[in-house]
Amino acid sequence: MAIKKIVAPLSHEEAKKLRAGDSCLFSGVIYTARDAAHKRLCELVAKGEKLPIDVNESVIYFVGPTPAKPGQAIGSAGPTTSYRMDAYSPTLISLGQTGMIGKGKRGPEVVEAMKKHGAVYFGAIGGLGALLSKCIKKAEIVAYEDLGAEAIRRLEVEDFPVVVVIDSEGNNLYESGRKEYLDSLK
Amino acid sequence: MREISTQTITETVKKLCIEANCHLTEDVKNCIRCKRDEEGWQGAKDILNRIIENFEIADKENQPVCQDTGVACVFLKIGQDVHVNGSITDAVNEGVRQGYGEGYLRKSVVRDPLDRVNTGDNTPAMIYYDLVEGDKMEITVAPKGFGSENMSKIAMLRPSDGVEGVRNFVLRAVEEAGPNPCPPIVVGVGVGGTFDKAAFLAKKALLRSLDERNEDPFYAKLEEELLEGINSLGIGPQGFGGRTTALAVNIEKFPTHIAGLPVAVNINCHVARHKSEVI
Ligand code: SF4
Repeated sequence: MAIKKIVAPLSHEEAKKLRAGDSCLFSGVIYTARDAAHKRLCELVAKGEKLPIDVNESVIYFVGPTPAKPGQAIGSAGPTTSYRMDAYSPTLISLGQTGMIGKGKRGPEVVEAMKKHGAVYFGAIGGLGALLSKCIKKAEIVAYEDLGAEAIRRLEVEDFPVVVVIDSEGNNLYESGRKEYLDSLK
Repeated sequence: MREISTQTITETVKKLCIEANCHLTEDVKNCIRCKRDEEGWQGAKDILNRIIENFEIADKENQPVCQDTGVACVFLKIGQDVHVNGSITDAVNEGVRQGYGEGYLRKSVVRDPLDRVNTGDNTPAMIYYDLVEGDKMEITVAPKGFGSENMSKIAMLRPSDGVEGVRNFVLRAVEEAGPNPCPPIVVGVGVGGTFDKAAFLAKKALLRSLDERNEDPFYAKLEEELLEGINSLGIGPQGFGGRTTALAVNIEKFPTHIAGLPVAVNINCHVARHKSEVI
């Protein structure tokens, strides 16, 4: 299958064109956030305060990298398990977030928000920290430095490999990929 | 009595933390390569190839294989004829502190499970002490990622549930974990003992080399049958479909009470890390 080149920020229009199973290479600017940063972002939203990043059309990578060694842009940086962000993602999606990069299952509340607003859930290969860090050209902390690995970072990525796991229509590669494989054995 | 200094313990733990996180052991690497060769589903094969590429980069560049450099699980086998000139626990934690600092490893430990403030140096380690005969000390450091740890399960089965009960419980745990623990996974199973002992056995099972089966032929066969069962589920690498859902199933057992059949499943990912040294 052809590999699609996509850019971040990701417009709603482009997000809606992607289908579960599509292999993509991401270039552009994405943000990192894990559990603690998501919690803080959603607390700000609840209070009606301004967020430290522009969420509209943003792509958020669920990752807490290892510290960069001298000369490195970032340390190892593979995805973390996404379901822990399920409590927060619908809020950010309703504010215009179009992409999430992580690994593992998502809850129905997230998929509903994705369908309603047109967002995509991408998977990066879990446990590929050393390799994926090569696609991250620049990293700077933009908020919550006190959280260490969990701080929000602005990343410039080039040809960062992902696959569409759940698309904006709710199609799910975890279900279809497994079924396709099992059917092939019949 | 043989004297071992706290400094030697600290130095060894520090070195093992860094090595374990940057270099997978040969049994794990060989197993992944072997499963890649056996995998018939192209998408799954591609993922296994990337996993191999990743650990090769980590090896070459002394880079952590995965960004979740884990909580440091440290297993000590302390010879009864060893004397240490200070606190063993403090010496181990100091080794973890230095290893995670100087090794550019991620600090992933919070000081309290509810207030969740990071300790900043990945301490405290989870330390297990075992007294053995002799005048040496064996130290094993096994950094454990939580993507897989979170998918672990324990059950107090009834004796009448028997081996079928164990089988179903293990398969259900893997099925429910699905793509979350970064398959291909390593499945540690603890059978018997008490509630806590079963969990410990499951963790200990993860320390065994992937090419070594349980020395009891009954359990060795069960390990192979469970692996076959898991690799027939179709979950595949990363959960995108394929045969290679697990690399190995390691079972550890222990005598138990007439009324019980505790079973614990501790899931590890393909970044299955542990390094040992005898001092
Ligand atoms: S489950 Fe393992 S491979 Fe996946 S992110 Fe955690 S430590 Fe890394």
